Amino acid sequence: MTNDELIAKLKTIVQPYIQDEAAFETLSEDTDFINDLKINSANLVDVILDVEDEFDIRIENEDMEKMTSVKAAMAIVTEKLAAQ
Amino acid sequence: MTAQEIIARLPYQDPFLFVDTLTEITSEGITGQYTFNKDAYFYKGHFKNRPITPGVILTECMAQIGLVCLGMYMLKEELRGNAIPQIALTFSQIDFFLPVYPGEQVTVVSEKDVFRFHKLKCNVKLYNEKGELVCRGKLSGMIKIPEKSEL
Repeated sequence: MTNDELIAKLKTIVQPYIQDEAAFETLSEDTDFINDLKINSANLVDVILDVEDEFDIRIENEDMEKMTSVKAAMAIVTEKLAAQ
Repeated sequence: MTAQEIIARLPYQDPFLFVDTLTEITSEGITGQYTFNKDAYFYKGHFKNRPITPGVILTECMAQIGLVCLGMYMLKEELRGNAIPQIALTFSQIDFFLPVYPGEQVTVVSEKDVFRFHKLKCNVKLYNEKGELVCRGKLSGMIKIPEKSEL
């Protein structure tokens, strides 16, 4: 999967939970889930669960705490997929 | 953790406590009861001269039994000492089918859908004394045990 494909999938996953439309429109690798997209902590859990389903991976507590940006999510997904 | 211990540690009190008893608790779900006091304050206004339990109060009853009590049971290992959980309702989607009148007892049955990262999502049903389905839906909430320094 290319980085662009991965970003596109993440963008679809986070869409239901974002509160800042403008930041969502310009979503890039550098977008922060909490500070830019204004996703709250309850919905961040939903993002994690949806990422698990989409990529068929299991995200643990320590990964969850790191997964607060597009870049961090890409790194964790790529690492989990490579480990399979 | 027993039913009495859970109820005693709930962060609610009259007039906003909507849990009397918990009759079944497992890590997969919970069943509990509440009888609506016919003198409850909200019957004066909902509706004028025609008291019916508001849907938001039924939702609250479902959340207190189905999410909060179950969530406390799930976190029983962390709930040592006198810690009172901090909770937030984050999602509710309920369909209502029948009215509940003053003095009626209701039974809430909640089944766990997901419990991860301190977020609990449940499918919750509320029945009247005849066993008829009054309302049902999905509820989600976050629950955490405050650190000592936050108390």
